Amino acid sequence: MIEFESVSKTYPGGTVAVREFSLQVPSHRTVVLVGSSGSGKSTLLQMVNRMAEPTGGRVLIDGDDVAGRDAVALRRSIGYVLQHGGLLPHRTVLDNIATVPVLNRTPRRRARIQAAELLERVGLDESLGTRYPSQLSGGQQQRVGVARALAADPNILLMDEPFGAVDPIVRRELQAELARIQADLGKTIVFVTHDVDEALRLGDEVVVLRRHGVIAQRGTPAQILAAPADDFVRDFIGADRDERRLTVERIDGRDIAVDGTGRPIGVLDS
Amino acid sequence: MTWLALSWPYVLELTGEHLLLSVPAVLLSVLIAIPIGQLANRRPTVGGFVLGAASLMYAIPALPLLIIIPVVFGFPLRSPATVITALTVYGTALLVRTAADAFGSVDAEVRAAALAVGHSPRGVFWHVDLPLAVPVLLSGVRVVAVSTVSLVTIGALIGVPSLGSLLTDGFQRGITEEVMVGVVATILVALVLDGLLILTGSALAPWARRRSPRPKILGATR
Repeated sequence: MIEFESVSKTYPGGTVAVREFSLQVPSHRTVVLVGSSGSGKSTLLQMVNRMAEPTGGRVLIDGDDVAGRDAVALRRSIGYVLQHGGLLPHRTVLDNIATVPVLNRTPRRRARIQAAELLERVGLDESLGTRYPSQLSGGQQQRVGVARALAADPNILLMDEPFGAVDPIVRRELQAELARIQADLGKTIVFVTHDVDEALRLGDEVVVLRRHGVIAQRGTPAQILAAPADDFVRDFIGADRDERRLTVERIDGRDIAVDGTGRPIGVLDS
Repeated sequence: MTWLALSWPYVLELTGEHLLLSVPAVLLSVLIAIPIGQLANRRPTVGGFVLGAASLMYAIPALPLLIIIPVVFGFPLRSPATVITALTVYGTALLVRTAADAFGSVDAEVRAAALAVGHSPRGVFWHVDLPLAVPVLLSGVRVVAVSTVSLVTIGALIGVPSLGSLLTDGFQRGITEEVMVGVVATILVALVLDGLLILTGSALAPWARRRSPRPKILGATR
């Protein structure tokens, strides 16, 4: 379990990134922090692996304050996926995936064999293993980023807008792949995005943030869709958008779901 | 070609001396320029000053330098150490700015990502900064290597043998062929070293083979 205990982050000069944020992320769950830029969501994520230090409050993992942990050891124990992959351009795909096991002194041969198995798990062909990141598409690079995060079998995965830089079709594929992997592995995932649809699709719990990490609403995707807390959330999740406003029409004995523009989008199973 | 036919063992011997003077100077320049370049990149204020000072050393005229060095370091005037030190001064002066650019060319996001997945700060330098700086660094080293090989010849003026001895000797004795051989041999040594550096570069940075930057020629004539 990850706990944020009223954490704040104020930069020297007085700029506030996060103000008094508290949240509990239960184990084996995916919690999505969703907000626009300036909501402090990435800063909050970086506080978990000490890439950012809070200026107030504490972050606890399984009851232990991360501030008391060695930063390098802490980071190796947590999987991290970044927007642009963050792969090392001078290492092959296999060596990128094997980064953390090799840093933890797993023999390189064994680490590469495990890396090849991980390629398959994230839906990539083993033949890509000897390529360099620049020889892969954006979507493939993100898959490699996920494989690298999984390589040391961490309990926690931090994902910082991991699919933000790929086109919408590839993004949908990657989201589906992540959901499948998570169903298998049951990691504790903190996922940061500005894309509401992505948040609703992936989160067991969704936390909608205002500026400075102030929580506008938290709940399951269904709870948030059913009862947006206020106009900010309502606006943010696009509750009034045509594709969110579905009605049912009965045609030839079947229930047809129709969106706000009157366009049929599916059939209700009886 | 009569002179060369008679003297080729001497030319070979001088080529060996030439390499023994230039290769250590290039290696020392690289070893000295890398930390200065890294410092300049990490701390622009202090580093910028060091960088400016180091670059200025290139403006010291060669003959006075060859006389100052033995005084400062206590080497005998006519020793190879004097020549190697002088060449290292020039090599470092040429290389520091490229070294700073080389570390500056490393994507900050890649560096941050390496830290975030668990490299130690020192590990980031050895495993990320240094290898990623190789292509740009190498372009600078190529300039230094070629410049050093041609500069070695001035060592002949203080009596340290190299292919430059063919130039001084040829001028004094009026043997045009000897001077020509000296010039051509120096150019050949420079070309061979440059070729070896290109090969080293693609061995050290196979990931950049298709897009290694061209070396910039920065006033490398002397």
